[in-house]
Amino acid sequence: MFSRFQHMTAVVKDPKRLRPVCPPWTNGIAAADARPLHAASRHRLRFASMTHQFPSLSPEQKKELSDIAQKIVAPGKGILAADESTGTMGKRLQMINVENNEENRRYFRDLLFSVEPIANSIGGVICFHETLYQKADSGKFFPQAIKDKGIVVGIKVDKGTANLSGTDGETTTQGLDGLSERCAQYKKDGCDFAKWRSVLKISDGCPSALAIAENANVLARYASICQQNGLVPIVEPEILPDGAHDLKRCQYVTEKVLAAVYKALSDHHVYLEGTLLKPNMVTAGHSCTKKFTPQEVAMATVTALRRTVPSAVPGICFLSGGQSEEEASLNLNAINQMPLLRPWKLTFSYGRALQASALAAWQGKPANKAAAQQAFSTRAKINGMASKGEYNPSGSADQSSMQSLYTASYVY
Amino acid sequence: MTSGSLDIRPNAVAGPRLHNGAYREGTTSIRSDIEIPLQAPVLDSRRCGMKPLSTESLRSPVDFRGRRLVGSDTVTVDTNYICQEPAPVSSHQPTPPINSDSLRRLCGRLLSMTHQFPALSAAQKKDLHDTALRIVAPGKGILAADESVGSMAKRLAQVGVENTEDNRRQYRQILFSADERINGCIGGVIFFHETLYQHSDSGVPFVKMIRDRGIMIGVKVDKGVVPLAGTSGETTTQGLDGLSERCAQYKKDGASFAKWRCVLKISDTNPSRLAIEDNANVLARYCSICQQHGIVPIIEPELLPDGDHDLKRCQYVTEKVLAAVYKAMSDHHVYLEGTLLKPNMVTPGHACSTKYSPEEVAMATVTALRRTVPPAVTGVAFLSGGQSEEEASVNLNAINTCPLAKPWILSFSYGRALQASALRTWRGHKENQNAATEQFIKRAEAGVNSLACQGKYTGGENGGERGQHLYGPSHAY
Repeated sequence: MFSRFQHMTAVVKDPKRLRPVCPPWTNGIAAADARPLHAASRHRLRFASMTHQFPSLSPEQKKELSDIAQKIVAPGKGILAADESTGTMGKRLQMINVENNEENRRYFRDLLFSVEPIANSIGGVICFHETLYQKADSGKFFPQAIKDKGIVVGIKVDKGTANLSGTDGETTTQGLDGLSERCAQYKKDGCDFAKWRSVLKISDGCPSALAIAENANVLARYASICQQNGLVPIVEPEILPDGAHDLKRCQYVTEKVLAAVYKALSDHHVYLEGTLLKPNMVTAGHSCTKKFTPQEVAMATVTALRRTVPSAVPGICFLSGGQSEEEASLNLNAINQMPLLRPWKLTFSYGRALQASALAAWQGKPANKAAAQQAFSTRAKINGMASKGEYNPSGSADQSSMQSLYTASYVY
Repeated sequence: MTSGSLDIRPNAVAGPRLHNGAYREGTTSIRSDIEIPLQAPVLDSRRCGMKPLSTESLRSPVDFRGRRLVGSDTVTVDTNYICQEPAPVSSHQPTPPINSDSLRRLCGRLLSMTHQFPALSAAQKKDLHDTALRIVAPGKGILAADESVGSMAKRLAQVGVENTEDNRRQYRQILFSADERINGCIGGVIFFHETLYQHSDSGVPFVKMIRDRGIMIGVKVDKGVVPLAGTSGETTTQGLDGLSERCAQYKKDGASFAKWRCVLKISDTNPSRLAIEDNANVLARYCSICQQHGIVPIIEPELLPDGDHDLKRCQYVTEKVLAAVYKAMSDHHVYLEGTLLKPNMVTPGHACSTKYSPEEVAMATVTALRRTVPPAVTGVAFLSGGQSEEEASVNLNAINTCPLAKPWILSFSYGRALQASALRTWRGHKENQNAATEQFIKRAEAGVNSLACQGKYTGGENGGERGQHLYGPSHAY
């Protein structure tokens, strides 16, 4: 096959190079939809760009990823984010005067994972690396114990933030080195999804174009690598709630960030149906003087998502940020009651907002285990209902006072 | 500093001028007086996350399926940008220091993205959104009658008619004198500039004829394609110069939407990154300008069907092109709810040897759109791009019955696929005019395209069973 770029291609002497290039899992047999690559087109990549699709995922791989994602965000279910790093866990345990050692961390995670009926509200659990190799009291490894409940096991794979010099304290996230091998290993060890957190902040000069572009790119690289190894990537571009900005500002920034994220995912050929999004809800900054109702938060959030997240994405699992347990549930509930068409599942991926009461009830004492489990179970159930828009907080506003909240909404 | 009244001169910023770049917060809100009691909507199980409405009336219009529309922009009218006293800066958030503010203005690109500056007021957004909804209202589509003089030359030559202004006027008259039967099928007509100022034989302006039917008037505003040097025969589209003034004039002359066509082609080396980015950028500029004048922009990034590429290749390229288009829209701060998309269906190239069923075309098309077009976009009106009348309708029907969730209204914006029979019947003879008009009405009405929108068209010869099993697994796309 002659091409006008032939003079730019490598001299093809070896006929083997003309064989279709197949990804390793196909055992050398090209999938029906794989496009045979000849040397010329490989070298033409830079000039042609975007015109040819090269095989990245087979239909079977796509189906597997899509099924996993659907299972995690099955109706009424969300994600328990139990992936606090050792340092972060230390801060949590310190608040209840519990020593931050491996056994305590294991005990608390076991407390959460062994609650009986949580499979009704929890579709996936994100673990920290250490937890993946610890055992439950029953003697089973945690991944196995969680899977036996029909819950999907996930793993945090990033390695924390790194500074972007020349910016106003902005960061990117590291962890791409050797990620492919690590993902393959995690898949073997029982995980089916992964999480990667990028962080942006709002201030006078932030987020800068660089921070947005860099974090979007690194998220897309991570997503691409995960999918190659059969892990559903949860894409988390968190915009911190710190600051005095109002709801509108947060909505605007969220729209810009998510647009960049999905452009990057498209550029990196990520299979959207096999991903999940974990964004912040659109809220005012912590030091904003104006207070906004859950309905306003919900309207801003859903509008921002509708403008940026393609409907191919199966589910959006909100992070709780700094919200209290109740606030996080109320906001999620309002989001699911929004009168706007929402083509993705809208559910939760909460850490503190699911564990705070349990932690407080536990206080490090085994005698409090049942109470702690009860607290967790309650929160899980509430959030499960909120993900369907069915949460009715007892003793709170009745229908009429809910209605009055609509008329004060901002135009988004 | 000006007072806070709304100013719609071209290039004026809608809303009060900001002092020193400070971001102004809203003051009071006005309730809108649109209040429509809602019936319980039909729950489409394919659309996850929808909750049945309560029976209490809420202040928002409904769409054709009984679902509430964009609640946000129509629930209240925020006076943020309409009637506002210029308030002293000190009552708001602290003014940023002068140097960072002028720095921001000078170095927009570096700091960018952090502050929102007013682009459209709440009322403007509402108008745009309402217009968009009316164009693609239930069962309705768009008649693209905007062929340029050069394109018309080709059409008329096919039926042996001379390409004079009067002949073009006669031909458009055939289409526009269709009776009220098209009122329920056509939501908008795209005009060419010349046609906007023409009259029927009895002296009635075409614009008036169309508007009296309750059909929206659109106008083609681009000025054709120009080559991109250094590419393999690729083009961009021109027409931005003075577009703002032209839009203001078109708005006065009755237009409420506009169309701009960008063209990309698929070949071994195309479309190149430059072609995709430049066309996306020029489309976004056009949208931004149109919206400033209350005109709904139809975004048309057409991928030509020429070539021997297969369905998968077209889907892949369509996804890349649309992703670039919507990124550009975001960058240019375009209000998506007040736009419509006019894409090609995902089809194999004309010279492709493999034949694909309408279900395969539909699955590829809907998948590509789901991966790239945000749900906020009001409607997607497909172009026919050389498909036969029958083919276009069958494909549109398959698209509407495709079992994937589609959060936008799907409709048509056909030129040839609506006019071909009419043109052939007319052949330039006055005595054929009524028959030709009938042909056009038939295509538009007799359930063909409009029912195809709602997924009821059963096709020409094989009326048959197009069951879901024909679509195959979506993860193969």
